[in-house]
Amino acid sequence: MLRVGVWRGAREGRFETFEVPRRPSQTVLDVVTHIQRHLDPTLSYRFACRVGMCGSCAMTVNGSPRWTCRTHVDKVAAAGVLEIAPLANLPVVKDLVADMREFFDKWARAGGRFKPTATRADAVALVEPDSRARREAQAGIECIGCGICYAACDVVAWNKDYLGPAALNRAWTLVNDVRDGGQRERLAAVAGDAGCHSCHTLMSCTELCPKSLSPTRSIAGLKRATATLAFGDEEHG
Amino acid sequence: MNPRREVVLWVAQRLTAVVLALCVIVHLVTIIYAVRGGLTAAEILARTRGNVAWATFYVIFVVAAAVHGAIGLRTVAAEWLGFRGEMAEFAMTIVGIALTLLGLRAVVAVFGA
Repeated sequence: MLRVGVWRGAREGRFETFEVPRRPSQTVLDVVTHIQRHLDPTLSYRFACRVGMCGSCAMTVNGSPRWTCRTHVDKVAAAGVLEIAPLANLPVVKDLVADMREFFDKWARAGGRFKPTATRADAVALVEPDSRARREAQAGIECIGCGICYAACDVVAWNKDYLGPAALNRAWTLVNDVRDGGQRERLAAVAGDAGCHSCHTLMSCTELCPKSLSPTRSIAGLKRATATLAFGDEEHG
Repeated sequence: MNPRREVVLWVAQRLTAVVLALCVIVHLVTIIYAVRGGLTAAEILARTRGNVAWATFYVIFVVAAAVHGAIGLRTVAAEWLGFRGEMAEFAMTIVGIALTLLGLRAVVAVFGA
């Protein structure tokens, strides 16, 4: 048997303890689903694909944000005790459901939207797979938007306006998109108190990213790119 | 928040960090060397008085420390105290100038007769 503490309520709430049978290859999402199906149908949580593609099921598991569908109980609950809470740094809707709006709003604020320079009448852009920009973009594009890096980031906790690792990582992939025409606005959006210069390189995002991406590396790239732009401008008056 | 200003301050803090790394090494080596035969004000002043090389070194050291420290304090004030905006910029500018003046006063004191 597993002893599972589950957050109940919203901002105010408490941990409720459930007993869940251990099974081979059991994931944390299996545990939460067992509780909802068999012990308390009023439990709210969020999931969709169950196979690590959609980024819906991230929760705080024994103190660390994790994708619950791909987190085996064996790995995180050696002592047979689990504590499951909603993602940190986000408002709680109910129980294990965090409100993701500000997380995704910040993607937009960081210039996360592709700004095309060609029309459908133009030929398809040729981007060499081995080019430096393409390789930089490649390193960051597998983000599934789960919010784990955002929940793990101390700078987000200190500064509510901080754009966060995922949004900045997204911006960096677009900075390296040679087809994009919105670079100046994007670099202005990611510079500053709420942007890449606030990163303290603590690397919790990189440590916990379930896709093994390195937002820290992307943010370092943005720091270089904004510096190049700022000082390049001065040279050209 | 002015993005250009943030970038300039960020670069300034990194560049002064490089300068400080070198200055601190020289400083530590000098301390170890200076205390070999006991530490006296007379010995220190004998080394620094009228010595343009040491005065130049300490001026660079003071300015780098003042710039680096003021920008760092600005970040600490923003993150820990929520002290941001034009008032914060003004306060940190004052801190930077005060640190520079205090440091230069000490340099003048050990260089001059």
